[in-house]
Amino acid sequence: MAQKRIVLGNCGAVDPQSIDSYIARGGFKAFFKARDKMKPAGIISEIKKSGLTGRGGAGFSTGLKWELARNARGNEKYLICNADEGEVGTFKDKYLLSGDPFGLVEGLAIAGLAISAKQAYIYLRQEYRSINGLLTGAIAQAAERGYLKHMDITVFEGAGAYICGEESALMNSIEGRRGESRYKPPFPPQKGLWDMPTIINNVETLMNVPHIINKGADWFSAMGTARSKGTKVFSVSGDVSRPGVYELVMGSCLRELLELAGASDTRAVQVGGAAGSILPASLLDTPLSHETYLGSGAVVALNSTRDIIDAVHNDLHFLNDESCGKCTPCREGTEVMLEIYGRLKSGDGHQHDLAALEDLARAMAAASLCGLGQAAAVPVLDSLRYFYNDYIDRINQSHFLRSYLGGELFTIEEAIR
Amino acid sequence: MANKKEQGNGRAGLLPALKEQAGSSGCLERGAMSAVCGRLGLPLNEAFGVATFYSFLPVSPVGKNVIRACRCLPCDLKDAGAVIAAIRQELGIGPGQATPDGKFSFELVGCIGACDQAPAIMINDRVYGELTAAKVAGILKSY
Repeated sequence: MAQKRIVLGNCGAVDPQSIDSYIARGGFKAFFKARDKMKPAGIISEIKKSGLTGRGGAGFSTGLKWELARNARGNEKYLICNADEGEVGTFKDKYLLSGDPFGLVEGLAIAGLAISAKQAYIYLRQEYRSINGLLTGAIAQAAERGYLKHMDITVFEGAGAYICGEESALMNSIEGRRGESRYKPPFPPQKGLWDMPTIINNVETLMNVPHIINKGADWFSAMGTARSKGTKVFSVSGDVSRPGVYELVMGSCLRELLELAGASDTRAVQVGGAAGSILPASLLDTPLSHETYLGSGAVVALNSTRDIIDAVHNDLHFLNDESCGKCTPCREGTEVMLEIYGRLKSGDGHQHDLAALEDLARAMAAASLCGLGQAAAVPVLDSLRYFYNDYIDRINQSHFLRSYLGGELFTIEEAIR
Repeated sequence: MANKKEQGNGRAGLLPALKEQAGSSGCLERGAMSAVCGRLGLPLNEAFGVATFYSFLPVSPVGKNVIRACRCLPCDLKDAGAVIAAIRQELGIGPGQATPDGKFSFELVGCIGACDQAPAIMINDRVYGELTAAKVAGILKSY
């Protein structure tokens, strides 16, 4: 099946600096419909009925989130667009923001009507600073046309922290604090930014909204699987000949996506970033959806020359660096895991390391405060499950090295030398 | 209302103010952080706590141009190691260091969202993708 470009539809077709080119392609029609012909409750029920879910990874019902925020008590309500795309292998939001900034502004404008927010923020990661001007320009043009009378939109730049893509850390960051995760509950729709009801939606989620308002919930929910409706934008990289952004109907299989991107000789695929699942080639026919594997839609292909333990070591290096340090399971767990993978890599692994990895991973998944620590266990457990022989080979090599070197601690490089 | 007040003139201004300061002076020195805190009515430790959390708010000196080389999986698969080695060789410094003339500093970072152009680096706000070791010298010379 070919791509189905809905969210990506305007990318390349509109001039991202000109609101007129967006309007010429039917832009802001959904906003007018929502503003003039629908009540907030009607907007929310349409989004709820469509089955739209969060595209950032968690997959929570967008309509339900909006409804909770709408019904929550608070003097102010805030709307935040999470554009802190930091997940390893994810670049779809950058593509969307630079190709169709007005699509996001329209999505925000409609969400603002739905929950009666007067202030919205776009939390943009600092690494994407070069898009800030484009976004600010798009907001200014929409305001000039009178489309943002109900709500101000401010672009808030992050300062370099992966964890700020986690919604509670993101709110702490806007409040001028360290970007550490908060305890939940309360959840943001009850108590979010400055303790007020807040909704936080991913860029791609919000960009689906105008399409749903225009074409209706039934059109949207006809696509996808039981719990994952619509399309998903994937970022594909690694061992593929055509890396890039692809949009497929939810439930399309991994093999199809990899073929589009020109993957060959695939040995493993990491789906969902550094803290995502690592799947063997035998699972390429798995449909991609919230029910199976999806995350933020990052897909990194590894061919048969790649070493899985090196890949997981790389993942853990990242997760350990980016752990915010607030909760012990994540702060200490990623540290110890990184150390173990370092030993496996340098040729000093032991059989008992595998049991330790599994124990740690299970404890972190169960006890970490937020998604980072909980999901850090995923690549470890997946690789142990699907690539156990790679670990055993490494450990056998380590045994050999130790006996060869008389029990002294050397790295493989030193031994070869 | 306390929330509103905090939002208006205190905490919420901290990150943008520190970013602005770091943008103009490179590194956040104690005096500068102290001035920001004085203006916002916050104790100095708040600024230090926030600054040390974020990677774009350096508290020790950085070069005029900051090179950030991605070493995450997608870049690593496309031989980011060779690019990192070339930067190291060209500048004579390792990650975490600055050149003696203060022109460059060099860091290894997490994903910069340019995996489709891997291996990629950022110099200041600009992304350079599809790099090879051979391209590094030319790019650095343009600074």
